[in-house]
Amino acid sequence: MTLREIKELLDAEVLVGQNQLDKDVKSAFVADLMSDVLAFATSGSLLITGLTNPQVVRTADVLDIAAIIMGRGKKPSPETFQLAEELNIPIIATKYILFEISGRLYSKGIRGCIEKVGSK
Amino acid sequence: MRVDEKPIYEGTFTVTGGNFDNAGEVSSNIKSVLKRMGLSRDVVRKASLVAYESEINIVSYARKGMIRLRVVPESILIEAIDEGQGIADIELAMQPGYSTATDKIREMGFGAGMGLCNIKSFSDTFLISSEVGKGTYLKMIIKTNNRSLNS
Ligand SMILES: Nc1ncnc2c1ncn2[C@@H]1O[C@H](COP(=O)(O)OP(=O)(O)OP(=O)(O)O)[C@@H](O)[C@H]1O
Ligand SMILES: [Mg+2]
Repeated sequence: MTLREIKELLDAEVLVGQNQLDKDVKSAFVADLMSDVLAFATSGSLLITGLTNPQVVRTADVLDIAAIIMGRGKKPSPETFQLAEELNIPIIATKYILFEISGRLYSKGIRGCIEKVGSK
Repeated sequence: MRVDEKPIYEGTFTVTGGNFDNAGEVSSNIKSVLKRMGLSRDVVRKASLVAYESEINIVSYARKGMIRLRVVPESILIEAIDEGQGIADIELAMQPGYSTATDKIREMGFGAGMGLCNIKSFSDTFLISSEVGKGTYLKMIIKTNNRSLNS
């Protein structure tokens, strides 16, 4: 799925990364704990989260995450926004809760970047 | 890593304890340095992950510290050295889920008690030592699987 299609599907706003809407993604990881993201998320995945601080962008940068999806109506703080622009990491904001985001993406073929822990 | 080997890159990055606003900046810089050397994506990712978890721990639990980066053709050496409270029980600190993180740290999304485990599992060699009231020393080596690097 492209980021453009994801934006439509989630009735979302692309806050950073308007120039990357053709980027294609196949997998995702949901978490509010950054060390869990660091342990399990794979590069090129979507990071679905309710956190809005700059560490989300740092974490995404370290892992080469394709885009950050901020759910539950959360918006990045000004520092987060600025850092995402600087590091060129897309931020997509939606009012859907994380469960809805995941379900909608799954129904369109997006899969978890791992299914279970210990089964990399 | 041979001690006498001339490094392709050698650098020291200062990390300030308690400076949560800039936490992660050093790791971003380390990542750019490694990327420019033409190392594989996977190797760069592992090294920046290890640097990032170490940096966040220094910011979270120490007064001040530094991250030293040394790259030779076969491997990347990352050392995280801090002055701070140190770790009384290393075995306990290494347990997944064990954390003494404050609310401030948890607000940033840290405090899962996974950092040291992540560092260990993404490094090819991992060493930790600590002295209570003095500080903590981490040494990580990541193999590059690479023979021809741009300097
Ligand atoms: N440099 C350090 N100085 C002092 N104590 C430390 C240091 N690094 C880790 N610790 C101690 O070890 C515990 C475990 O660290 P670890 O990085 O594994 O998890 P964490 O930082 O609590 O959470 P996270 O999963 O976000 O990394 C910390 O909560 C802290 O008590
Ligand atoms: Mg940690």
